[in-house]
Amino acid sequence: MDPYLIEAIINGILLGGVLALLALGLNLIFGVVDVVWIAYADIVMCGMYVIFFLYTEYGVPLPLACLIAIASMAALGVVVHLLIIAPVLDSAPINQLLATGGLLFFLQSFATLLFGTDFRNIGVRLPILESATLYISFSRLIAFAVGLIGAVALYLFLKRTYIGTAIRAVAQDREIVGLMGVDQRRIYLVTSAIGGALAGLAACLLALQYDVHPYIGNTFGPVIFMICVLGGLGNMIGGFIASFIISQIIAIGGYYSNTELSYVFAFTFFIVLMFVRPRGIFAR
Amino acid sequence: MSILRISMLVGLAILIALPVVIPPYFLHLLIQILLWAFIYTAWALMGRFGFVSFGHGAFMGVGAYVPALLWSYYDVTPWLGIPVGIALSILLAVIIGYPCFRLKVVGHYFALVTLALSQVVLLSLVAARDVTGGSLGFTQKAVGHSWYALQFPDKAYFYGISVVLWLIGLYVWQRIDHGINREALEAISEVEDAATAIGINVLREQLRVTMISAALTALGGAIYGQYIMYLNPETVSGIAVSLQIVFAVIAGGVYSLLGPTVGSLLTLSLTEGLRVWFGINFIGAANTIYGILLILCIIFMPQGIVGALQGIRFRRPQAKTAPAE
Repeated sequence: MDPYLIEAIINGILLGGVLALLALGLNLIFGVVDVVWIAYADIVMCGMYVIFFLYTEYGVPLPLACLIAIASMAALGVVVHLLIIAPVLDSAPINQLLATGGLLFFLQSFATLLFGTDFRNIGVRLPILESATLYISFSRLIAFAVGLIGAVALYLFLKRTYIGTAIRAVAQDREIVGLMGVDQRRIYLVTSAIGGALAGLAACLLALQYDVHPYIGNTFGPVIFMICVLGGLGNMIGGFIASFIISQIIAIGGYYSNTELSYVFAFTFFIVLMFVRPRGIFAR
Repeated sequence: MSILRISMLVGLAILIALPVVIPPYFLHLLIQILLWAFIYTAWALMGRFGFVSFGHGAFMGVGAYVPALLWSYYDVTPWLGIPVGIALSILLAVIIGYPCFRLKVVGHYFALVTLALSQVVLLSLVAARDVTGGSLGFTQKAVGHSWYALQFPDKAYFYGISVVLWLIGLYVWQRIDHGINREALEAISEVEDAATAIGINVLREQLRVTMISAALTALGGAIYGQYIMYLNPETVSGIAVSLQIVFAVIAGGVYSLLGPTVGSLLTLSLTEGLRVWFGINFIGAANTIYGILLILCIIFMPQGIVGALQGIRFRRPQAKTAPAE
């Protein structure tokens, strides 16, 4: 097989790891709070700016900068929930979507206002792994590994801890859970914090590979929704698998044509599948 | 009623007289406000029945690019190109709308499918950069004043066209609002099965309003392209334009005739005002404020500005219980 094709496939798998992490965060929030955060990718953008400024302007060591980014995005998740989501919890789903659409507008424009539209790079150059004819970027490998670890950690957290069990319970039946003595509002807050933290973690991984600019969310945002819907909104395992399907379409499509067309393939695939299986690939 | 008529006529007279009086810059603003108001009204035709489409960027992009490309490469007059663009938009609307309504892909699933559609059009325009100029945009072949090419350096012509378009948009909105179709569609957006049970062809009504909405949006995009003479994928299609449309209509009011127009007036005045007052250093300020306004609108007055005002002033009887005309 053509080594470039193999490289494309491997890069696709690696990209899938990061997408899976993002899809997990979005799915968790949707499954528990029942609101689609259309601005989720823009929270990632905020996290990338935090890392960029801490690392390049203030000389904070990169690992510490990443931790701060994760923590501050968790805080941002809570703030978003309290200020925007909580007031519209009982509104029509479409109003909730629009409210977070307003957040998307706000975050992108506010970032433009503060930082301009320049592309900024944290300037960390990780080595590129070479084996025979293959070139695999180390930062993508890290992103993939951390993405997987994050996913497993979240899984264990949801399965093994008390609060994780409570979160799953709310996702299953929000009426009954109240009777069992679980404080729903607290669960919502914890979930939003975890969702924010996952966005922060994804920001760390993406900052190694991409320039940050105010509209970077538009690059990833629509893809993440597609993945979540394909996997079935709220279905975390479905979203996990769908991430790798979509990332392969993008990677292999990019190999045969160009980047934009590969996204066109992915979106078209999504539209067609929505008609074939409107509740996601893995719907029973 | 007669007072309303008279004030409408006076308003129209003022609108017609305006290009003589006001400086070109304001005329330019006014043209944009009217063109966008037309597009927003077209979106509201669907939005008011609960189909929140993020795909109107796609219809607008197709409507704007098709005539511009046909004219610049093949000398096809926009008088033919625009109908072709509209036809393609309607086709897109049917391709997406039919399965969606058939399979009951509604609510935020509908929003996400249409979002994907507008990304498909945006990215296709960028990918076809040999023809469309990609992200750098596309400038039409200019020939000066020409009815054949639908190009008028004198803004008064486009002002006239946009006033007419805007009135057409309002007329269509009114027709659908007063027609039996509204009752049907509102019934659908509430209890679809019941609507079917009383003999409404749900699918046909949904498709009809979607096709009208797409066609008008494409027409608006085409005229916008003819006026600006420069097209960029980001400014006429894609998620950004779709969100702009949704936001302006929600802010103005999706359930009232003049809501989308107020949304257009508000958003464009805000953009221009902030741009003039703060200069380009303040880039992004307008959208920052939009974002906040949108969130506040959704939380505090989902009916929009016009809807909220009407609610306060008239406490009008529930439209849904009014007899059909």
